Amino acid sequence: MAEPNQTGSLQVRNVSKLFGTFKAVNDISLDIRKGEFLTLLGPSGSGKTTLLMMIAGFLDISEGDIALDEASIANVPAEKRNFGMVFQGYALFPHMTVRDNIGYALSVRKRPAAEITARVDEMLELVQLQEFADRKPAQLSGGQQQRVALARALCFAPPVLLLDEPLGALDKKLRVEVQEQLKDIHRRVGTTFIYVTHDQEEALSMSDRIVIMRDGAIEQVGTPKELYERPINQFTAGFLGKSNFIQHNGKTFALRPEKIDLRASASHPDARLSGTVRSVTYFGSMQRVIVDASDGTEIEVDIDVWRNSETLREGDAVDLLWTDDAAVELQMG
Amino acid sequence: MPALTRHIHPGWLIIAPLLVLVMALYLGPILNILWLSVTDPEPGFGNYAKLGESDALIRIVWTTVRICIITTLFSVTLGYSIAYAMVHCHQRQKNYMLTLLLVSFWISILVRTFSWLMLLGRKGLVNVTLEDIGLIAEPIAFMRNELGVLIGMIHYMIPYAVLPLLVSMQSLDMRVMDASRNLGASGSQTFWRIYLPLTTPGIVASTLLVFILSLGFYVTPAVLGGGKVLMVAEYISVQLLVTLKWGTAAMLAAIMLMGVLAMLWVMSRFMKLSTVFGGAAR
Repeated sequence: MAEPNQTGSLQVRNVSKLFGTFKAVNDISLDIRKGEFLTLLGPSGSGKTTLLMMIAGFLDISEGDIALDEASIANVPAEKRNFGMVFQGYALFPHMTVRDNIGYALSVRKRPAAEITARVDEMLELVQLQEFADRKPAQLSGGQQQRVALARALCFAPPVLLLDEPLGALDKKLRVEVQEQLKDIHRRVGTTFIYVTHDQEEALSMSDRIVIMRDGAIEQVGTPKELYERPINQFTAGFLGKSNFIQHNGKTFALRPEKIDLRASASHPDARLSGTVRSVTYFGSMQRVIVDASDGTEIEVDIDVWRNSETLREGDAVDLLWTDDAAVELQMG
Repeated sequence: MPALTRHIHPGWLIIAPLLVLVMALYLGPILNILWLSVTDPEPGFGNYAKLGESDALIRIVWTTVRICIITTLFSVTLGYSIAYAMVHCHQRQKNYMLTLLLVSFWISILVRTFSWLMLLGRKGLVNVTLEDIGLIAEPIAFMRNELGVLIGMIHYMIPYAVLPLLVSMQSLDMRVMDASRNLGASGSQTFWRIYLPLTTPGIVASTLLVFILSLGFYVTPAVLGGGKVLMVAEYISVQLLVTLKWGTAAMLAAIMLMGVLAMLWVMSRFMKLSTVFGGAAR
């Protein structure tokens, strides 16, 4: 289904948000491209939801400007911005049927009934809820409610769709399923998606680009691969995936657990570190080994069980090996 | 005992003493009234037949219903705006407003009614002030008529109207209103299509409460109506204490009771009453 979207790029320019004297968002600049799936990722209190609410128009901007296709929308009220939004907890209209919920945006725009019916049918098909059209939200499961919220937000073909932790209320198994559906829908409608979450797995698996936020500011922006492979500081490396931090010549390096090789025999010529195995935990697809290194640090190593059949035991002496490009030098902070 | 509990949930046994007490003290007198209405002064439906014969009785019932409807309309409308203001203002102001609301519950109805007499009488504060600034030449007749009764009753009923509405509005998920705005609805569209329908159970509860309480009003019509506005409750008291026609009094009481029950029944046809009284909506 092709949407007639000519627009959908967003420019965030030096935006700050003050609550009293507290800066919830501090001088953020960001270019969001038309049609991309951009995730704002950060722990709670990082300002990601505040930024989203300013884009949606529910919060005023204290300083700076937000523009849609280079035209400022800072003074456009929320109801005139034409941005779709999937709320945390969905915020469906409990007294309306699924059909009326989805058609609401067109109905308040006073579009002809036939057009609304046709468009709602199209959206029901998109989210696979045709047979639930006449139910009330309370009669649906969490996953179905989430899809109604999505269809309602996309029904008027908005240039930008904002999603505020839309999977937070779902259980883990369902969440993975809905992630795939969301990505699929994003591909089909081509709308710009701005997605807020604190779940790094969600961010990694769905996003075109991720913005990592902390304390109201941006730490790093990039594709999931860039952020995972080349984190610039300890916060990014630790927040996105697991990481060991190695000190060498006064510099700090990030080293992913799966990029380390373990050799059982001691004094290997290329060994970077040696140590003893403290614990081995079996996870099926891999084995997590915690090593007490000789320099006093604790190193986590993920081993592919299938390709490394030698068994490790607690107390074994091991050498740790890695290639030069596996360790990433970090900036301080 | 096992045979008994198979048919009756054991929980009933625990509340049985209370149930018996309530039946004896509450249902008993009510049945007695109903019984009186068909036996005094002589057995039969003579008392009820009077409703069709006596113009005075019909007029009293009609006056009561009319005053109750107008009171309910104004109390619920004004109560709705007050509740709305309370829910959507800052916490500090909300606490002040809640205190004022509770204070008005603590002041006796007699005191509140007589205060209106002070304010609105021929030599009351309002008339004297208006005369002094030259707006009116003759005092306006606020008292000893239906207007006075309505002012007094609406004033007394507003706090009662506010409470169920307050509960209903406080339980609303305000993100739903944000969602409506986000989907392009103006403020008034959001109010009419989302806010008002979602607070309807509160409006119904408030309407029922105010209407039912108004039906039994006695002091306010007696004082502010000055004997010229006769409502059912006052008439019943006259029948009981002055003319000693207990049968007529019992008949009027029975009519009121059945009227209230009929209203609840009609309402239950349109919505689950449990949602009105705070149960979960479906």
